[in-house]
Amino acid sequence: MKFGIIVFPGSNCDADCFHVIEQVMGQEARYIWHKEPDVTACDALILPGGFSYGDYLRTGAIARFSPVMSRVVDFAAQGGLVLGICNGFQILLEAGLLPGAMLRNRTLRFICKPVHLKVKNTETPFTRTLQEHQVLRVPIAHGEGNYYCDDKTLKELENNRQIVFTYCTPEGIENDAANPNGSLANIAGITNKAGNVLGMMPHPERCSESVMGGVDGYPIFAAMISWLQEVGR
Amino acid sequence: MFKANIYVTLKPGVLDPQGEAVKNSLHVLDYPYVDEVRIGKYIQVWLQGEDREKARRELEEMSDKLLANPVIEDYRVEIAEVDEP
Repeated sequence: MKFGIIVFPGSNCDADCFHVIEQVMGQEARYIWHKEPDVTACDALILPGGFSYGDYLRTGAIARFSPVMSRVVDFAAQGGLVLGICNGFQILLEAGLLPGAMLRNRTLRFICKPVHLKVKNTETPFTRTLQEHQVLRVPIAHGEGNYYCDDKTLKELENNRQIVFTYCTPEGIENDAANPNGSLANIAGITNKAGNVLGMMPHPERCSESVMGGVDGYPIFAAMISWLQEVGR
Repeated sequence: MFKANIYVTLKPGVLDPQGEAVKNSLHVLDYPYVDEVRIGKYIQVWLQGEDREKARRELEEMSDKLLANPVIEDYRVEIAEVDEP
Protein backbone atom coordinates (compact mmCIF):
# COMPACT_ATOMS: atom_id res chain seq x y z
CA MET A 1 0.00 0.00 0.00
CA LYS A 2 1.15 3.50 -0.78
CA PHE A 3 0.82 6.14 1.92
CA GLY A 4 1.12 9.80 1.03
CA ILE A 5 2.45 11.96 3.86
CA ILE A 6 1.55 15.59 3.33
CA VAL A 7 4.31 18.03 4.22
CA PHE A 8 3.43 21.63 5.02
CA PRO A 9 6.00 24.30 5.91
CA GLY A 10 6.37 23.64 9.63
CA SER A 11 5.32 19.98 9.68
CA ASN A 12 7.70 18.13 11.98
CA CYS A 13 6.30 14.62 12.43
CA ASP A 14 6.42 13.77 8.73
CA ALA A 15 9.67 11.79 9.01
CA ASP A 16 8.32 9.82 11.99
CA CYS A 17 5.25 8.83 9.97
CA PHE A 18 7.41 7.96 6.96
CA HIS A 19 9.63 5.77 9.15
CA VAL A 20 6.69 3.91 10.68
CA ILE A 21 5.01 3.28 7.32
CA GLU A 22 8.18 2.05 5.59
CA GLN A 23 10.30 0.47 8.33
CA VAL A 24 7.72 -0.74 10.81
CA MET A 25 4.68 -1.46 8.63
CA GLY A 26 6.67 -2.48 5.51
CA GLN A 27 4.56 -0.33 3.20
CA GLU A 28 5.46 2.31 0.66
CA ALA A 29 5.55 5.93 1.81
CA ARG A 30 5.86 9.10 -0.20
CA TYR A 31 6.20 12.69 0.93
CA ILE A 32 3.73 15.05 -0.73
CA TRP A 33 4.84 18.69 -0.61
CA HIS A 34 1.87 20.96 0.09
CA LYS A 35 2.16 22.60 -3.33
CA GLU A 36 1.81 19.31 -5.17
CA PRO A 37 -1.50 19.15 -6.92
CA ASP A 38 -1.79 15.35 -7.13
CA VAL A 39 -2.49 12.74 -4.49
CA THR A 40 -4.26 10.20 -6.69
CA ALA A 41 -1.39 7.69 -6.73
CA CYS A 42 -1.83 7.12 -2.98
CA ASP A 43 -4.00 4.56 -1.21
CA ALA A 44 -4.13 6.58 2.01
CA LEU A 45 -3.04 10.02 3.21
CA ILE A 46 -1.51 11.13 6.48
CA LEU A 47 -1.47 14.74 7.66
CA PRO A 48 1.33 14.70 10.22
CA GLY A 49 1.86 16.78 13.33
CA GLY A 50 3.89 19.94 13.62
CA PHE A 51 3.36 23.66 13.46
CA SER A 52 2.24 24.32 9.91
CA TYR A 53 2.77 27.99 9.03
CA GLY A 54 3.93 28.62 12.59
CA ASP A 55 0.36 28.17 13.88
CA TYR A 56 -0.27 31.74 12.65
CA LEU A 57 -3.82 33.06 13.07
CA ARG A 58 -5.15 29.70 14.34
CA THR A 59 -3.63 26.22 14.24
CA GLY A 60 -4.19 24.77 10.78
CA ALA A 61 -5.91 27.91 9.49
CA ILE A 62 -3.35 28.74 6.82
CA ALA A 63 -2.42 25.16 5.87
CA ARG A 64 -6.06 24.54 5.08
CA PHE A 65 -5.66 26.75 1.99
CA SER A 66 -2.52 25.02 0.71
CA PRO A 67 -2.96 23.82 -2.88
CA VAL A 68 -2.85 20.16 -1.85
CA MET A 69 -5.80 20.53 0.52
CA SER A 70 -8.45 20.71 -2.19
CA ARG A 71 -7.06 17.37 -3.40
CA VAL A 72 -7.24 15.98 0.10
CA VAL A 73 -10.90 17.07 0.24
CA ASP A 74 -11.59 15.29 -3.08
CA PHE A 75 -9.69 12.21 -1.94
CA ALA A 76 -11.76 12.07 1.25
CA ALA A 77 -15.01 12.65 -0.66
CA GLN A 78 -14.20 9.60 -2.78
CA GLY A 79 -13.84 7.51 0.36
CA GLY A 80 -10.03 7.57 0.60
CA LEU A 81 -8.53 7.05 4.06
CA VAL A 82 -7.20 10.23 5.61
CA LEU A 83 -5.48 10.24 9.01
CA GLY A 84 -4.74 13.60 10.64
CA ILE A 85 -2.47 13.50 13.68
CA CYS A 86 -2.18 16.47 16.05
CA ASN A 87 -1.62 19.48 13.76
CA GLY A 88 -3.03 17.25 11.00
CA PHE A 89 -6.23 16.95 13.06
CA GLN A 90 -6.31 20.74 13.52
CA ILE A 91 -5.97 21.21 9.74
CA LEU A 92 -8.81 18.74 9.06
CA LEU A 93 -11.02 20.74 11.45
CA GLU A 94 -10.17 24.04 9.77
CA ALA A 95 -10.77 22.44 6.36
CA GLY A 96 -14.23 21.33 7.47
CA LEU A 97 -13.45 17.65 6.84
CA LEU A 98 -14.18 17.09 10.52
CA PRO A 99 -16.62 19.06 12.70
CA GLY A 100 -15.61 21.31 15.61
CA ALA A 101 -12.58 23.40 16.47
CA MET A 102 -9.58 23.44 18.80
CA LEU A 103 -9.11 25.84 21.70
CA ARG A 104 -6.01 26.46 23.81
CA ASN A 105 -5.41 23.78 26.43
CA ARG A 106 -7.27 24.82 29.56
CA THR A 107 -3.97 24.95 31.48
CA LEU A 108 -2.50 27.19 28.74
CA ARG A 109 0.49 24.85 28.80
CA PHE A 110 1.98 22.85 25.99
CA ILE A 111 1.52 19.27 27.19
CA CYS A 112 3.96 16.55 26.14
CA LYS A 113 3.34 13.25 27.91
CA PRO A 114 1.81 9.81 27.45
CA VAL A 115 -1.95 9.64 28.02
CA HIS A 116 -4.48 6.84 28.05
CA LEU A 117 -7.13 6.52 25.38
CA LYS A 118 -10.32 4.54 25.41
CA VAL A 119 -11.33 2.93 22.13
CA LYS A 120 -14.97 3.88 21.62
CA ASN A 121 -15.64 2.50 18.16
CA THR A 122 -13.89 -0.46 16.54
CA GLU A 123 -16.00 -0.36 13.40
CA THR A 124 -13.79 2.10 11.56
CA PRO A 125 -10.96 1.50 9.06
CA PHE A 126 -8.57 2.84 11.73
CA THR A 127 -9.65 0.79 14.71
CA ARG A 128 -10.81 -2.58 13.35
CA THR A 129 -7.72 -4.23 14.92
CA LEU A 130 -8.68 -2.99 18.40
CA GLN A 131 -11.15 -4.15 21.02
CA GLU A 132 -14.11 -2.09 22.14
CA HIS A 133 -13.17 -0.17 25.34
CA GLN A 134 -9.54 -1.24 25.03
CA VAL A 135 -7.17 1.25 26.71
CA LEU A 136 -4.18 2.48 24.71
CA ARG A 137 -1.17 4.43 25.96
CA VAL A 138 -0.20 7.04 23.38
CA PRO A 139 1.77 10.28 23.77
CA ILE A 140 0.32 13.73 23.20
CA ALA A 141 2.30 16.89 22.42
CA HIS A 142 0.19 19.99 21.86
CA GLY A 143 -0.79 23.41 23.13
CA GLU A 144 -4.16 23.53 21.41
CA GLY A 145 -5.93 20.23 21.74
CA ASN A 146 -8.95 21.37 23.70
CA TYR A 147 -11.66 20.07 21.39
CA TYR A 148 -14.85 22.12 21.15
CA CYS A 149 -18.10 21.86 19.24
CA ASP A 150 -21.68 22.98 19.90
CA ASP A 151 -24.26 20.74 21.60
CA LYS A 152 -25.95 19.79 18.36
CA THR A 153 -22.67 18.66 16.81
CA LEU A 154 -21.75 16.70 19.93
CA LYS A 155 -25.10 14.86 19.75
CA GLU A 156 -24.43 14.03 16.11
CA LEU A 157 -20.94 12.80 16.91
CA GLU A 158 -22.37 10.56 19.62
CA ASN A 159 -25.32 9.30 17.57
CA ASN A 160 -23.15 8.48 14.55
CA ARG A 161 -20.43 6.91 16.74
CA GLN A 162 -17.88 9.36 15.36
CA ILE A 163 -16.07 9.65 18.69
CA VAL A 164 -13.35 7.06 18.31
CA PHE A 165 -10.91 7.84 21.14
CA THR A 166 -11.47 9.53 24.50
CA TYR A 167 -8.98 10.43 27.23
CA CYS A 168 -9.30 8.07 30.19
CA THR A 169 -7.48 6.80 33.27
CA PRO A 170 -5.19 3.74 32.94
CA GLU A 171 -8.21 1.75 34.12
CA GLY A 172 -10.37 3.12 31.31
CA ILE A 173 -12.45 5.61 33.28
CA GLU A 174 -13.29 8.75 31.33
CA ASN A 175 -13.25 11.51 33.92
CA ASP A 176 -12.05 15.08 34.22
CA ALA A 177 -8.81 14.07 35.96
CA ALA A 178 -7.87 12.02 32.88
CA ASN A 179 -8.64 14.90 30.52
CA PRO A 180 -5.30 16.58 29.80
CA ASN A 181 -6.48 19.62 27.87
CA GLY A 182 -10.15 20.29 28.69
CA SER A 183 -11.59 18.65 25.57
CA LEU A 184 -15.35 18.43 25.43
CA ALA A 185 -16.52 14.94 26.47
CA ASN A 186 -12.84 13.93 26.81
CA ILE A 187 -12.62 13.73 23.02
CA ALA A 188 -9.18 12.73 21.70
CA GLY A 189 -10.13 11.55 18.21
CA ILE A 190 -13.13 11.67 15.88
CA THR A 191 -14.03 10.52 12.41
CA ASN A 192 -16.21 12.13 9.80
CA LYS A 193 -19.70 10.72 9.31
CA ALA A 194 -18.56 8.30 6.60
CA GLY A 195 -15.76 7.03 8.84
CA ASN A 196 -12.92 7.38 6.33
CA VAL A 197 -11.34 10.49 7.87
CA LEU A 198 -9.86 10.27 11.37
CA GLY A 199 -8.39 13.14 13.35
CA MET A 200 -6.61 12.46 16.63
CA MET A 201 -4.45 14.63 18.90
CA PRO A 202 -2.32 11.74 20.29
CA HIS A 203 0.62 10.51 18.21
CA PRO A 204 0.36 6.82 17.21
CA GLU A 205 3.53 7.17 15.10
CA ARG A 206 5.51 7.82 18.29
CA CYS A 207 4.58 4.47 19.80
CA SER A 208 4.54 1.89 17.04
CA GLU A 209 7.69 -0.08 17.92
CA SER A 210 9.02 -1.34 21.24
CA VAL A 211 12.19 0.74 21.02
CA MET A 212 9.93 3.79 21.44
CA GLY A 213 8.65 2.51 24.76
CA GLY A 214 5.25 1.39 23.54
CA VAL A 215 3.49 -0.20 20.60
CA ASP A 216 -0.10 0.92 21.13
CA GLY A 217 -0.04 3.06 17.98
CA TYR A 218 0.82 0.09 15.78
CA PRO A 219 -2.71 -1.37 15.52
CA ILE A 220 -4.02 1.91 14.08
CA PHE A 221 -1.67 1.73 11.09
CA ALA A 222 -2.23 -2.05 10.87
CA ALA A 223 -5.99 -1.43 10.74
CA MET A 224 -5.61 1.01 7.84
CA ILE A 225 -3.49 -1.50 5.91
CA SER A 226 -5.85 -4.42 6.52
CA TRP A 227 -8.83 -2.28 5.53
CA LEU A 228 -7.09 -1.22 2.31
CA GLN A 229 -6.19 -4.84 1.54
CA GLU A 230 -9.72 -6.07 2.09
CA VAL A 231 -11.88 -3.22 0.96
CA GLY A 232 -9.50 -1.35 -1.31
CA ARG A 233 -9.59 2.36 -1.83
CA MET B 1 -8.38 53.13 -0.26
CA PHE B 2 -9.99 51.69 2.83
CA LYS B 3 -8.72 50.62 6.17
CA ALA B 4 -10.68 47.95 7.98
CA ASN B 5 -10.55 47.06 11.63
CA ILE B 6 -11.71 43.51 12.21
CA TYR B 7 -12.46 42.38 15.75
CA VAL B 8 -12.49 38.62 16.21
CA THR B 9 -13.94 37.43 19.51
CA LEU B 10 -14.77 34.05 20.96
CA LYS B 11 -18.48 33.27 20.81
CA PRO B 12 -20.33 33.59 24.11
CA GLY B 13 -20.10 30.33 26.01
CA VAL B 14 -16.85 29.20 24.40
CA LEU B 15 -14.23 28.69 27.10
CA ASP B 16 -11.39 31.23 27.00
CA PRO B 17 -8.50 29.80 29.04
CA GLN B 18 -6.36 32.86 28.24
CA GLY B 19 -9.04 35.25 29.49
CA GLU B 20 -9.44 33.16 32.65
CA ALA B 21 -5.71 33.30 33.35
CA VAL B 22 -5.60 37.06 32.81
CA LYS B 23 -8.63 37.53 35.07
CA ASN B 24 -6.94 35.53 37.83
CA SER B 25 -3.82 37.61 37.41
CA LEU B 26 -5.85 40.83 37.69
CA HIS B 27 -7.34 39.50 40.93
CA VAL B 28 -3.81 38.91 42.22
CA LEU B 29 -2.97 42.51 41.25
CA ASP B 30 -5.78 43.58 43.58
CA TYR B 31 -8.59 44.22 41.14
CA PRO B 32 -11.01 41.78 42.76
CA TYR B 33 -14.04 43.36 41.08
CA VAL B 34 -12.98 42.12 37.62
CA ASP B 35 -15.72 39.65 36.72
CA GLU B 36 -14.69 38.39 33.35
CA VAL B 37 -11.93 38.82 30.77
CA ARG B 38 -12.22 37.56 27.21
CA ILE B 39 -9.40 37.88 24.75
CA GLY B 40 -9.84 38.29 21.02
CA LYS B 41 -7.92 39.47 17.99
CA TYR B 42 -7.74 42.84 16.33
CA ILE B 43 -6.82 42.60 12.65
CA GLN B 44 -6.08 45.64 10.48
CA VAL B 45 -6.51 45.32 6.72
CA TRP B 46 -5.72 48.02 4.16
CA LEU B 47 -7.32 47.50 0.78
CA GLN B 48 -7.61 49.32 -2.51
CA GLY B 49 -10.94 50.24 -4.03
CA GLU B 50 -13.63 52.89 -4.24
CA ASP B 51 -16.77 50.97 -3.41
CA ARG B 52 -17.33 50.79 0.33
CA GLU B 53 -20.14 48.22 0.13
CA LYS B 54 -18.07 45.94 -2.06
CA ALA B 55 -15.18 46.29 0.38
CA ARG B 56 -17.46 45.37 3.26
CA ARG B 57 -18.82 42.32 1.46
CA GLU B 58 -15.35 41.11 0.63
CA LEU B 59 -14.00 41.73 4.13
CA GLU B 60 -16.87 39.69 5.52
CA GLU B 61 -16.08 36.98 3.02
CA MET B 62 -12.41 37.06 4.11
CA SER B 63 -13.49 36.81 7.72
CA ASP B 64 -15.80 33.85 7.05
CA LYS B 65 -13.16 32.03 5.05
CA LEU B 66 -9.99 32.71 6.96
CA LEU B 67 -9.77 35.49 9.53
CA ALA B 68 -12.29 33.96 11.94
CA ASN B 69 -13.39 30.40 12.59
CA PRO B 70 -17.19 30.47 12.65
CA VAL B 71 -17.31 27.39 14.89
CA ILE B 72 -15.83 29.29 17.84
CA GLU B 73 -15.54 32.94 16.85
CA ASP B 74 -17.64 35.98 15.93
CA TYR B 75 -16.28 39.01 14.12
CA ARG B 76 -17.13 42.64 13.52
CA VAL B 77 -15.85 44.73 10.61
CA GLU B 78 -15.33 48.52 10.73
CA ILE B 79 -14.34 50.37 7.57
CA ALA B 80 -12.86 53.83 7.13
CA GLU B 81 -11.67 55.64 4.03
CA VAL B 82 -7.96 56.51 4.16
CA ASP B 83 -5.40 58.09 1.85
CA GLU B 84 -2.29 56.08 2.67
CA PRO B 85 -1.65 52.85 4.53
